Amino acid sequence: MTKNNNASGPVLSVSDLSLEFVTRRGVLKALDRVSFDIARGEVLGVVGESGAGKSLTGSAIIGLIEKPGRLSGGEVRLNGERIDNLSPEAMRKIRGRKIGMIFQDPLTSLNPLFRVGDQIAETVMAHMNVSRAEARARALALLTEVGIPAPESRIDAYPHEFSGGMRQRVVISLALAAEPDLIIADEPTTALDVSVQAQIITLLKRLCRERGTSVMLITHDMGVIAETADRVAVMYAGRVAEIGPVADVIRNPQHPYAAGLMGAIPALKKNVGRLAQISGSMPRLNAIPPGCAFRPRCPKAFDRCAAERPDLMQAGKSRAACWLVDQGVPA
Amino acid sequence: MNSGMNAHMNSGSGETLVASRDLRRVFDVSSPWLERVLSGEKKRLLRAVDGVSFEIRKGETFALVGESGSGKSTVAKLVVGLLPPSGGDVTFEGIAKGRQPEAGSVQMIFQDPYASLNPRWRVRDIIAEPMSALNRPADPAARAARVGELLTLVGLSPLDGEKFPHQFSGGQRQRIAIARALSSEPAFIVCDEPTSALDVSVQAQILNLMRDLQEKLGLTYLFISHNLAVVRHMAHRIGVMYLGRLVEVQETEALFENPQHPYTRLLIDAVPDLADIGRDRVPVQGEVPSPINPPSGCTFHPRCPLVTDICKAQAPAFDGRTACHHAGKAFA
Repeated sequence: MTKNNNASGPVLSVSDLSLEFVTRRGVLKALDRVSFDIARGEVLGVVGESGAGKSLTGSAIIGLIEKPGRLSGGEVRLNGERIDNLSPEAMRKIRGRKIGMIFQDPLTSLNPLFRVGDQIAETVMAHMNVSRAEARARALALLTEVGIPAPESRIDAYPHEFSGGMRQRVVISLALAAEPDLIIADEPTTALDVSVQAQIITLLKRLCRERGTSVMLITHDMGVIAETADRVAVMYAGRVAEIGPVADVIRNPQHPYAAGLMGAIPALKKNVGRLAQISGSMPRLNAIPPGCAFRPRCPKAFDRCAAERPDLMQAGKSRAACWLVDQGVPA
Repeated sequence: MNSGMNAHMNSGSGETLVASRDLRRVFDVSSPWLERVLSGEKKRLLRAVDGVSFEIRKGETFALVGESGSGKSTVAKLVVGLLPPSGGDVTFEGIAKGRQPEAGSVQMIFQDPYASLNPRWRVRDIIAEPMSALNRPADPAARAARVGELLTLVGLSPLDGEKFPHQFSGGQRQRIAIARALSSEPAFIVCDEPTSALDVSVQAQILNLMRDLQEKLGLTYLFISHNLAVVRHMAHRIGVMYLGRLVEVQETEALFENPQHPYTRLLIDAVPDLADIGRDRVPVQGEVPSPINPPSGCTFHPRCPLVTDICKAQAPAFDGRTACHHAGKAFA
């Protein structure tokens, strides 16, 4: 575990992060003043529908925004130090070393031409001062730890020789290889079947708990968040609509969008009859309404929602960006 | 809300509309002939659907659920006739006297509304196509009027008929696909993962719409999905598939209350649910084996916590509810 002079503060602190895409048809605001912290050892779930900006938030934190996208404001701090203004070279040293990454499709995150053991050993050697033999021993230990059967023989296999679930285990071992402080997992189980998804979630939870690694878990699946996360941020149209402890956001959502989202999810444990329905769909990025972005779909909107954009306000144990909270009206 | 829910749960008259008997489909996945001869390799066959029998009652939603490779989508294609079966048959007893259903009485809704609508056609032409193909109604003006009605029925505006598919969101496109399916006045609609490509709030709109349409028009659905929660919400009866075989068929509530097959229980347990905040669990081990070379006997035996010798030797027969040598037995 890396020690630093900021051991008590949050591992990651994002404040007012904004991201724009400059296009011929104007400037698209993909992220608009996104703020949240992730504490040491904490799992923060980031949930939202497609286009809400959850994956872009992850990419912005690790400095993988490509043109025409650009950060237009705010800052990202890792262990108290700013990382959003670092050079690409400096950022490359942080990726993998301080922040590990797990993406949705394990087949595209592994190089098909290299044996998995070599890929893990390469990551270990790139970030840690060890010999090739030590790196290989470490790769073997990692493959054992993530539950690859017969790791001594599998270490020299190619990615295509693994099943989807086993490949995602390899990706997890790669993300953990340099013992990062934070792992950003972007839809890590979306490409997997439910029974395999359950294995991967259990594995990720166990490893991060044992090592004290913080996780930013990006997913559209609220069930995965419920089971895995400590806190959850609900994103809508590039903004954080609500953030709070996972039990509070699920059982007692404060923002009307979060409430609608929870009601729209069919439950496994009981038949809920008709699902709650949010009419319409998320606005396009070039047509985000002024004031609250959710106003046109909101059943409880009033005048102030169109005029002023609400910031996150304390509502019980959560914080929600809704003027109803300001008025003391529950969603 | 309660009365609506009961009405949904009680529909299904008991009269059989569609029946599949011992349905089989084998795909030849061998290498090309010359390569096979040169390397002395044998033919490789993939039994995607291996003896599947079920009945769908008039007015009900029958769901097939399973993980990838279970053969559920192949069953959908066999039922609508997009693929010929390698064995067994599908009969449309409630729809037609003979073996073949009347033209237009069976329709399909596909998973990806971005791929299932022709991007060069206007929406009104997409929706009218089944009508023009069947020449029913014969009068073009009547067809145009019906397109407007259908668009209204699925929650769009008649004016939307002038637009092209790219002008719509994913959920709206799926509404267009539903309107097209309804335009030939089908009795039976096969829905293959109709909401898997959609966001949850949009999924809720489409699922509610499909239930409303079923009540209003007396439709019968075969609903294919990998999502158990969606299936629980939509189906009257559920069939669980594993490696090309049906392992369990039960009424929805019974299936969730009292699952008989260990795979069904593990599947229900594996789905993360909003109610399970912070749950830790022991997940089922292993993955779905390759259907090219399935395990002997009961194909689930390598992953099954109840496995005994008979499971490895002998495939269990389907008793009308489940196919398991140890059906209903408890395990930790």
